Amino acid sequence: MTTLEKQLLAAPNNRRYRVTVTAIVLLLLAWSLAAVSFKDMNESGWNIAVRILSGITHPDLDLLLNVSEQSVPYLLLQTVAIAFMGTIVGAVVSVPLAFLAASNIVPKPAAWLTRLLLIAIRTIPALVYGLMFIRVSGPGPFAGVLTVGITSIGMLTKLYVDAIEELDVRVLESMTSIGCTTFEKVRFGIIPQLLSLFLSVTIYRFDMNMREASILGLVGAGGIGAPLIFAMNSYKWNQVGSILIGLVILILLIEWISNKLRARLVQG
Amino acid sequence: MYDKIFPPKRIVLPSGKTVLQRRTRVPLIVLLLAAAVAWSVQLTEFNLHMLVTRIGEFFKFIGDMTPPRWDYLPHLWRALAATLQMSLLGSMLGSLLALPMAVAASTNIIRNRALVSLAKIVLSLLRTLPTLVTALIATFVFGLGPMAGVVAIMLFTVSYVGKLLYEQIENIDMGPFEAMESIGMTRLEAFRYAVIPQVLPSYLSTSLFCFEGNVRYASILGYVGAGGVGLLINENIGWRDYGGVGMIITALIVTVYVIETVSEHFRKKLI
Repeated sequence: MTTLEKQLLAAPNNRRYRVTVTAIVLLLLAWSLAAVSFKDMNESGWNIAVRILSGITHPDLDLLLNVSEQSVPYLLLQTVAIAFMGTIVGAVVSVPLAFLAASNIVPKPAAWLTRLLLIAIRTIPALVYGLMFIRVSGPGPFAGVLTVGITSIGMLTKLYVDAIEELDVRVLESMTSIGCTTFEKVRFGIIPQLLSLFLSVTIYRFDMNMREASILGLVGAGGIGAPLIFAMNSYKWNQVGSILIGLVILILLIEWISNKLRARLVQG
Repeated sequence: MYDKIFPPKRIVLPSGKTVLQRRTRVPLIVLLLAAAVAWSVQLTEFNLHMLVTRIGEFFKFIGDMTPPRWDYLPHLWRALAATLQMSLLGSMLGSLLALPMAVAASTNIIRNRALVSLAKIVLSLLRTLPTLVTALIATFVFGLGPMAGVVAIMLFTVSYVGKLLYEQIENIDMGPFEAMESIGMTRLEAFRYAVIPQVLPSYLSTSLFCFEGNVRYASILGYVGAGGVGLLINENIGWRDYGGVGMIITALIVTVYVIETVSEHFRKKLI
C-alpha cells in the first residue's frame, strides 16, 4: 500500500451522515412537489405571458415621460422618498435598540430580551405592518414610511450590534489613562469607530428599502405599487411595462450609487 | 470643486515642511441630507404630530391580536404546509438553476465575453424585480395558487444565489484548475475537481440562507393570490378577525424560528 492510498483511507468516512442528509432533502423535495400544479395554467396563461412581454417592449411612453402627479417619474420619486424617510426612521429607532442588545454594553439578560423583541419585530410580514399603520395614519405614503421604518429595524439593529460588539476597547482604556472625560471618550473614541460602519449599513438598507417601498402600494401605503397593481388588474400591459421599466432603472441606479458610497466609506 | 471654494488649510510642520489639510466636507453632507429630508417629508406627508397622537391605534391592533385565537390553529396547517412547500421547492429549483447561471456569469471560467455579460445582466435584472411583483405576474400566467409562488421564489433564488455564487467562483484560486488542465483534463473535468470543491460549502450555505429568507417572503405572497398563509392573513384582516391574524403570526414566528435554528446549525457545520 502506497502512502497515497494510506492517506486516502485515513480520510474521515462520513458516508452514513451524507446518505441521511441526502435522504431527508429528497423526502422534503418529494413532499414539496405537491405545490406544483399546471391545472390552472391554460391557453390564456400563455397568451398573457406573451402580452406582458409585448407590453414591456412597447411601454406607454407618455406615462413614462410626463411629469404630472400620476406619472411614473413622480411616483418613483415618491417611492424613493418613502424609502429614504423610512430608512431614517428605522435608523433612529435602531441605534438605541442596538446599544440595548449589545452584550458588551448591557447585562446579558437585558441583551437577550431585546434580541427576542427583535426576532418578533422581524418576523411579522411587511404587508401586515402596512395594514396596521394604515389604521394609524390613513392610506398614503406616510403609512409606507412607518412600515419601511419598522421593517428596517431588524436588520439594522443586528448589523449595528455586530459593529458595537467589535468596538476596540483599548482605545477607550488609553483615553481614560490620559484623563479624557466621558464626553471626549464618546466623541473621539467611540463615534469615529462606529460612524462609518453605521453609515455603510444604513446606506445598504436604503438600497433594500427601495424594493420594500415599491410593493407597499399593494396595501395602499403609497408609492409605485398601487398604480402597478391597478394596471395589472385592468390588463393594461403597456402601462405595466412602463412602470416596470422605470422601477428597474431606478433600483439599478440606486444600487450603483449605494455601492459607490459604501466603497468610499470602507476606504475611509 | 469643493476645494476651490474652501481652500485647504496650510499647516507648517516643526520640520519646516508645509502640508495641506482639506477642509471637512461634513457641513456640505449635512446640508444635502437636510434638504433631502425636507423634500421627502413633503413628498410623503410625514406628520410627527399624527404619529404621536394616533400611535395608540397601532398598539390597539397588537392588543386585538393578543391573545391569539388558538382554536384557529387546526385551520392553519394546510396553508402553513403550502407556504413551506412553496419556499422549499422554489429554493431548491432556484439554487439548482443558479448553478449554470453563475458559471455562465464567471469571467474566469467562460471565455466568451458576450455570454458573461448577458448572464450578468439577466441576474441583476431578476434581482431588481421585487418578489411580490414577480408573484403577481406569475399569478396571471400560472393561475392563482402555490404554483405562482413557487415561480416567484425560484426566480428570486436564482438571482440571489447566482450573484453570490459567481462572485465566489471569480474569487477562487485558479491554480488547481490550471494544473488539472495542464495534465490533460478537459475544462469540464477540471471544473468538477478544482472549482466545485472550493465553492460547494459556501454555495450550500448561501442556498440555506436564501431558503430562510424565502420562508418569510412566502408568507406574504398569498396576499396577491399565490397561495400560503398570506391569503389567510388577507381574509382575516378583511373580516376583522384579529385573533386569527394573531394566531397566524404566532405560528409564523415559531416556524421561522425553528427553520432559522436548523439552518444555522447546518450553515455553521458547512463553514
